[in-house]
Amino acid sequence: MSDALLLFLPLVVPAAAAVLGLVLRTCKGPQAIVGVLGSAGLLVVGLMLVARTDAVGVIATQSGLWPAPFGISLVADRLAAAMVAVAGLVALAGSIYAWRDLADDKLGPQFVPLMQFLMLGVQGSFLTGDLFNLYVWFEVMLVASFVLLTLGNQRQQLEGALKYVVLNILASSLFLIGAGLIYAKLGTLNMADVAVRLAHPEQTDLVRTSGVLLIAAFGLKAGLFPLFFWLPSSYHTPRPVVSAIFAGLLTKVGVYALMRTSTLTFAAKAPVLLELIYVIALLTMVCGVLGAAAHFDMRRILSFHIVSQIGYIILGLAMMTPIAIAGSIFYTLHHIVLKTNLFFLSGVVNHIRGTNDLARLGGLAKAFPGIATLFFISAFSLAGIPPLSGFWAKMAIVLAGMDLRAWGAVGIALGTGVLTLFSMTKIWAEVFWKSAPEDANTTDNRSGLWPMLIPCVAFVGITIGLGIWGGHVFAFAERAAEQLLNPREYIEAVLGPDAITGEVPGAGRVRP
Amino acid sequence: MNMLIAFTVGVLFATGVFCLLRRCLMRLIIGLVLLGQAANLLVFSAGGVKTGVPSLIPEGSMTPPPGAADPLPQALVLTAIVIGFGLTVFAITLIHRARATSGNDDVDAFNETDRL
Repeated sequence: MSDALLLFLPLVVPAAAAVLGLVLRTCKGPQAIVGVLGSAGLLVVGLMLVARTDAVGVIATQSGLWPAPFGISLVADRLAAAMVAVAGLVALAGSIYAWRDLADDKLGPQFVPLMQFLMLGVQGSFLTGDLFNLYVWFEVMLVASFVLLTLGNQRQQLEGALKYVVLNILASSLFLIGAGLIYAKLGTLNMADVAVRLAHPEQTDLVRTSGVLLIAAFGLKAGLFPLFFWLPSSYHTPRPVVSAIFAGLLTKVGVYALMRTSTLTFAAKAPVLLELIYVIALLTMVCGVLGAAAHFDMRRILSFHIVSQIGYIILGLAMMTPIAIAGSIFYTLHHIVLKTNLFFLSGVVNHIRGTNDLARLGGLAKAFPGIATLFFISAFSLAGIPPLSGFWAKMAIVLAGMDLRAWGAVGIALGTGVLTLFSMTKIWAEVFWKSAPEDANTTDNRSGLWPMLIPCVAFVGITIGLGIWGGHVFAFAERAAEQLLNPREYIEAVLGPDAITGEVPGAGRVRP
Repeated sequence: MNMLIAFTVGVLFATGVFCLLRRCLMRLIIGLVLLGQAANLLVFSAGGVKTGVPSLIPEGSMTPPPGAADPLPQALVLTAIVIGFGLTVFAITLIHRARATSGNDDVDAFNETDRL
């Protein structure tokens, strides 16, 4: 299969599935099947993309055959390919998990097409090589997520969506300004071309300004301190499947954009921005985990944990050493799978007992030992207990910190891990271990659990697998990190082999 | 002309931020719209503001005539305006629904999803 086709398929598959889903909006069963098949197709294409990029390196194509930097480039390196594949996996799991909700009419006929449009935006953001095009994909993703968030029209949902919508529109404006300033200064928006032009020393003014604007925009979408407030106040309001997909994927799109732009453009020219990200990462970790410790509702606790885990990922990015970036990439992949699964499980608890409030739950370990085991493994993986995947992810970041003698960061990372364990044991003890309070609803709804549990079991399997055979994935993450830190391959794939005449920004760059 | 646009962008930003910081839902929307317009105008001016030379490539030539404004930012702004329009319509509908269900126009009253 040609590279061009391989790069377009992750966009074509969800777009086709979305349109088909719209056509079939009156037939529930076929529509749900379209959702599952579309997502499965996406996963297959993603895996092919991973195999291809891992074998031959960065692949790129220009839409409409306009030569770069005039046409819009689609580029996939190892990181982008891995993200495409994992996003396909989450979409597939979500489509299966939503089966019951769709059958019960708890999600309307809008869900399948909207979810595929969401995936279209997500995949476009991973594959585009153009800043403005990234903005457009972000908006595709945002509009779909707005509607998904309000599906159901509950009062809480409207309130959560209000915060989500206003802050995300604000972030989009900042992104647009940042991109506009880059165009005003450099006359290009193609990211590879931006990287080449920034190599000229006279082009460095305004890099910091636009860099800060982009960090603010991506940081808000990733849920960084102090821009994360929309996240814990909206992610616990929609249907469980929607919050699981959001929790797994949407913040990671922001993280991915941050990784891409910082390694390619501003990291080399404005290292002060890396210092900024470094401090923000530490604050994000602490604030997120403290918020999680304070709350008493399963999904709210898990939402705050997204924030604190993003802090780890961004910390790895800020350290900018090969092992730190590899750790970030591994952490991202692990966290997408794990966090989606934890939200899936909170949805299962909600399905059984009709609430996620810790005070009104209890006794689930006795009634559902299987579900309790699934949660137990996922929770301990999140906290970083060996030999589960979270341990290796955290270890890579901590080792990178030790290499740089950043003892403060190492201390905060370990402390955050302990507090994560604390709030996960809180959920474990309250929901599964203690006996149910007397006034609580203990009539368990056992019907239709299986389609919800299939993705949970699969994801727990992946978490254990990543822990035991994680070496292969980590080696892949190291190869991906190498590509990020040496943008020459990316630039040459987009602009052609003669694009670089002088020094490459960031080649072999390591933070002192 | 550049100076005028710079000042306009500044004033739009200032009023946009001011409106966003008010407690009324309607002002929130107005603030968002103003900020969006400020961003659009800023991107528009990134291509240079010039008069008299249309940025059309004459026959037989490969580049626009000297002195023409860069048309790309204008294309970008068109895209951004359309997207902004869609987002604004959604936000207005959402705020209308939120107001109708809660019967309140005060942003501070919307604290249910954050409460411990």
